[in-house]
Amino acid sequence: MGERFDAIVVGAGPAGSAAALVMAEAGLQVLQIERGETAGAKNVQGAILYADALERLLPDFREEAPLERHVVEQRVWLLDERSHTGAQYRSDDFNEERPNRYTILRAQFDQWFASKVREAGALQINETTVTGLVRDEAGRVIGVETDREGPPIMADVVVLGEGVNGIVAQRAGVRPELDPKHVALAVKETIFLSEETVQERFNLAGEDDGVVIEVMGSVSSGMIGTGFIYTNRESISIGVGCLLSDFQETKVPAYVLLDRFKAHPSVAPLIRGGETKEYVAHLIPEGGYDAIPKLMGDGWLVVGDAGQFVNAAHREGSNLAMTTGQLAARTVVELKRQGLPCTEANLARYRRSLEESFVMKDLKKYRHLAPTLHRNKHMLTAYPQALSKAMQTLLRVDGTDKRAKQAEMVAHVRAARGGWWNVATDAFKMARAWR
Amino acid sequence: MSTTTNLSKPTQPMEERLYQNRYLVDEGRPHVRINQGTNASEALLSLVQLCPAGCYREAEPGRVEVALDGCMECGTCRIVCQGTGEIEWRYPRGGFGVSFKFG
Repeated sequence: MGERFDAIVVGAGPAGSAAALVMAEAGLQVLQIERGETAGAKNVQGAILYADALERLLPDFREEAPLERHVVEQRVWLLDERSHTGAQYRSDDFNEERPNRYTILRAQFDQWFASKVREAGALQINETTVTGLVRDEAGRVIGVETDREGPPIMADVVVLGEGVNGIVAQRAGVRPELDPKHVALAVKETIFLSEETVQERFNLAGEDDGVVIEVMGSVSSGMIGTGFIYTNRESISIGVGCLLSDFQETKVPAYVLLDRFKAHPSVAPLIRGGETKEYVAHLIPEGGYDAIPKLMGDGWLVVGDAGQFVNAAHREGSNLAMTTGQLAARTVVELKRQGLPCTEANLARYRRSLEESFVMKDLKKYRHLAPTLHRNKHMLTAYPQALSKAMQTLLRVDGTDKRAKQAEMVAHVRAARGGWWNVATDAFKMARAWR
Repeated sequence: MSTTTNLSKPTQPMEERLYQNRYLVDEGRPHVRINQGTNASEALLSLVQLCPAGCYREAEPGRVEVALDGCMECGTCRIVCQGTGEIEWRYPRGGFGVSFKFG
């Protein structure tokens, strides 16, 4: 029998580190195990950090966390092959003392977050892959096996923050393999430019201001997916992701989508002359509420991406990870204080606290969105194209009178779906999926 | 679904794309193995296109090979081949594999 801890946390991403931090701060003996050479070495995100979830854990994080830029402007682009139709919102109100959203580089951010976990008193070991859960005769989880030599490491509870693939839980037979309809495959490049170039190209006042561009339409070539462009301090994160089931159907390589996105006439000038210093790929759990696996059992809990905690509609994930990590940890701390064992029945408090939080409320709200898009993929291409045609009709001055132009614009939208009935049906379906 | 014309050719070779990535390859201990019968399944063949690191290639008709040097450990191949039993997948030993600089 090896060492014994109150809790073992598998993974040092935002979910695992949030859980380890909360338990360590409460005085529990916590061991956090990470397979990367440092925290963050295996982790990928766009990445936008939503301050709120982190602020609840580390109120003063802005003073020391490696943040890139705070977001002062949000753009949404609907792309067709040669155009984009966009909406944007910029406000000086986002230049506040405690900004709400930041761009970050996860490899740096996760290392810092993990350092706060160590400061709180948790023990961390890197470069160690957890290979399995250890159970007692009754089937209760009592520890983990790793690829290091030595006996298994024991704990009262194992918090699985192992990321989207959920391999440890799969091996233990407590969750199924992922469904290709429930994960997006995303690829991204980090393209370096000078700080000044980033500011000029995105019309930014200073080194701390940033822009987020979320992109739909031809960027996903008819698949369910989106693209994004985020400004970091001296680099641009540019990526695209689509459901794996759609990639299976089209057999289009993800990097070809990214190449096309980078070459789009609206995008190419933003990244021109930049140097790509990293190309990454990662899966994003996008199955939503109905894809959430079993979240707890005797002696174990699941947090973060491993639990499918991503709100794909709003591009939120790391905040759900931190929140689920925090709620799981609080459940464990509470049970410890009451002297209660970490049985499945007792850990079910975690599920209840999730239901009461924004996490489950938001995932429930959008549970019909992905299935609706699955059945209506035309929406992702037809409308951006129609909108682009309508805009050209509006903007080109060519001697046509404005009433005729107006009729032509309306006709573009109608023609996109072969009649008003279909347009109205689409609108109704989307409204229902979004309500 | 839209047409896939012009959607198969990348603008640069994979080695160039992965050139700046950081890896510590665990020599002699591949973390992904192919167990294929006489003919690769359609799922296994599709990895030639679907693997975002281009690790899979059809060495000869019906036979797929994997080279893990560029693997980013995303899990795509495991999920795609879950029904066929052709992919044996685990994470590399701790510390080995890809090491993201920016993530």
